[in-house]
Amino acid sequence: MTDQARRQVSSRLLITVIAAFGALALGDVRAQEAPKSIRIGYVVSKTGRDAPGASASTTPNYQMWIKEVNAAGGLMLKAYGKRVPIEAVEYDDQSQAEEAIRATERLINQDKVDVVLPPWGTANNLAVGPTLNRHGYPHLAVASITDKAPEFAKRWSNVFFFLGMGSQYGEALVSTLEEARKAGKIGNTIAMISVADGFGVDLSRATRNVVEKHGFKLVYDKSYPPSTQDMSPILNEVKALNPDAFIAFSYPPDTFLLTDQAKVLGFNPKVFYAGVGTALPGYKKKNGASLDGVMGPGGVDLDSPAIQDYFKRHTVSAGYEPDRWTSAVTWSSLQVLQQAIERVGKIDREAITREIKTGTFDTIVGPVKMDNQMYTNLWWVGQWQGGEFYGVAPKDKKGAKAPTIPKPAWK
Amino acid sequence: MVLTDVLVGGLTLGGLYALTALGLTVQYGVARILNLAYGQFLIAAAFGAFVLATRFGLSPIITLFLALPVGFALQWTVYQLLLMPLVRRTGAGPALETDSILLTFGLSFLVLGICVAAFGGDLYSYSYLAYPVDILGSKVSANRLVAMVFAFAMTAVLYLLLTRTRLGTAVRAVAVSPRFAPLVGVDVRAASAIAFGIGGALLAASGVLISMFLPFSASLGVVFAMKALIVVIMGGAGNLMGCLVAGLLLGFVETLVASYVDPGLTVAANFTLFLLVLLLRPTGLFGKTVR
Repeated sequence: MTDQARRQVSSRLLITVIAAFGALALGDVRAQEAPKSIRIGYVVSKTGRDAPGASASTTPNYQMWIKEVNAAGGLMLKAYGKRVPIEAVEYDDQSQAEEAIRATERLINQDKVDVVLPPWGTANNLAVGPTLNRHGYPHLAVASITDKAPEFAKRWSNVFFFLGMGSQYGEALVSTLEEARKAGKIGNTIAMISVADGFGVDLSRATRNVVEKHGFKLVYDKSYPPSTQDMSPILNEVKALNPDAFIAFSYPPDTFLLTDQAKVLGFNPKVFYAGVGTALPGYKKKNGASLDGVMGPGGVDLDSPAIQDYFKRHTVSAGYEPDRWTSAVTWSSLQVLQQAIERVGKIDREAITREIKTGTFDTIVGPVKMDNQMYTNLWWVGQWQGGEFYGVAPKDKKGAKAPTIPKPAWK
Repeated sequence: MVLTDVLVGGLTLGGLYALTALGLTVQYGVARILNLAYGQFLIAAAFGAFVLATRFGLSPIITLFLALPVGFALQWTVYQLLLMPLVRRTGAGPALETDSILLTFGLSFLVLGICVAAFGGDLYSYSYLAYPVDILGSKVSANRLVAMVFAFAMTAVLYLLLTRTRLGTAVRAVAVSPRFAPLVGVDVRAASAIAFGIGGALLAASGVLISMFLPFSASLGVVFAMKALIVVIMGGAGNLMGCLVAGLLLGFVETLVASYVDPGLTVAANFTLFLLVLLLRPTGLFGKTVR
């Protein structure tokens, strides 16, 4: 090396060392300063097939939560002794799992968000699971139902399931029907249809496994493709079989169609249970009083003041009511997240995950505590009674109403 | 499973399929534009009917007759403003089809964005004429019956328009031979624009009709566009009778399979039928090799 080069190297080395120490020192100082904002990102379906579900249960809750937190000044980070506002980053996954993964990676790697809120839908949540797990982000999988939840909980120590497993919904429904049969209100025949997609497959399998154990017989057990535009061939078949209970594990468009066409055909089984969609405000608005007696998954304790207040605020914030199944659970998951962050006092994702796993939280659906990363104190079956969708099973849960069986004829 | 149920069910469902495809077959067959924004405009018309019915209490039947001129004007304008430059540039040749696919694809996202901004992602539905009508012992919803009757009526009206009027003959001339139609004094561009507009009127009308009994959301445009495309291709692009027959065939097959075989196989059956028709008659049931 020439003399000049050696001098350049040594002076460069000196500058680098000084800069490094300077950065370390400055870095230390910055660590005591609160961040300017907490970046919270989420990927939801604003377009595509899952958009109706996300816009009913997920997106309005996220938006309302961020609005309310920021109105109070932000999340309280006691490590810095002050409230830090939330800065939101939102992406549309277009109801495609690959896009959800891509957008989540973008949130983590490019937008460098502190927290990621989950997407809507089992498929989307399971798709982004590995990404969130790899980067150590707590994953509150609210709008997803999978019987494999315990396995996923073991595989991903950062995932939390809030909506239960298909087997629980199936078991609760058939148990409720068994009680009605023992009370002499219905016979033992069930006609079951399911949409040929995750939800339908999961829940119909769960139900099929338990019907015989509870003393029922499946007289019709078929699945249909999503986006079917005419359910009358199926309904005509089922009506001719005259079952005591009709169970449809359906998606919102089919749920609407089944209800409409059952009314037109005059199909009045003693039990009418439809799937996703029965809890939507649009379903109530369209069908009004003729809904009395219709059952579906979910339910809500409308006698609870916390729930009533939540309903009011949601209607003001989003312009429409929340749904009567996933919405309240989504909001309580946000309360869990907020309380966990505020208890830890700073954005330390490992600590936040630990807190969610072990802590007890105060939410609108009551105290929430994870049991092996699952929250299972849920309404499994709800029923429209007197214009509202109350929880019917588990029957010993606070706010449960006795089911009205047989269902009154369509008005 | 009573046979009349299958018959009536197949007819109404087939009528629905044919109805949603009529506009597209006119647009594709005559103006040579594969309008991928078709489904999205159909949904927009459904939203229009929803707003008028729920907020202003306007009967959807009145909205239906309003939709015809509005749909015509809208699609005619779309053709003149957006598609005419493409037509001029490609000389209405084969390149027009590929270019128009790209443009209408982009247009569909624009309309989708407007619908989502205005209505969000929710599912919308309202009730109209939702009472049962008894036909040969089979119960059918009145609104579906209206849609079916309208499909048949529109096919007849269009057929008369195309065969008994000068305008219609000009449009047919353009459909058969766009290159040589100018030789007999037909203004190809004007006729194409009018055909596109007619397709638009039909599309708006079908949007209003389906809004009466099918729940819809902003993102459902793709589903309708795909079904319409299948019917159009199967029946032969530009052929009204083909469109009706293809729609009815699909409706019958679906109802038959759902009733006697398995509801889960309806999509498979429809696509099998589609494939069979294309294998045996590549240009569609009633289509001819044009150009």
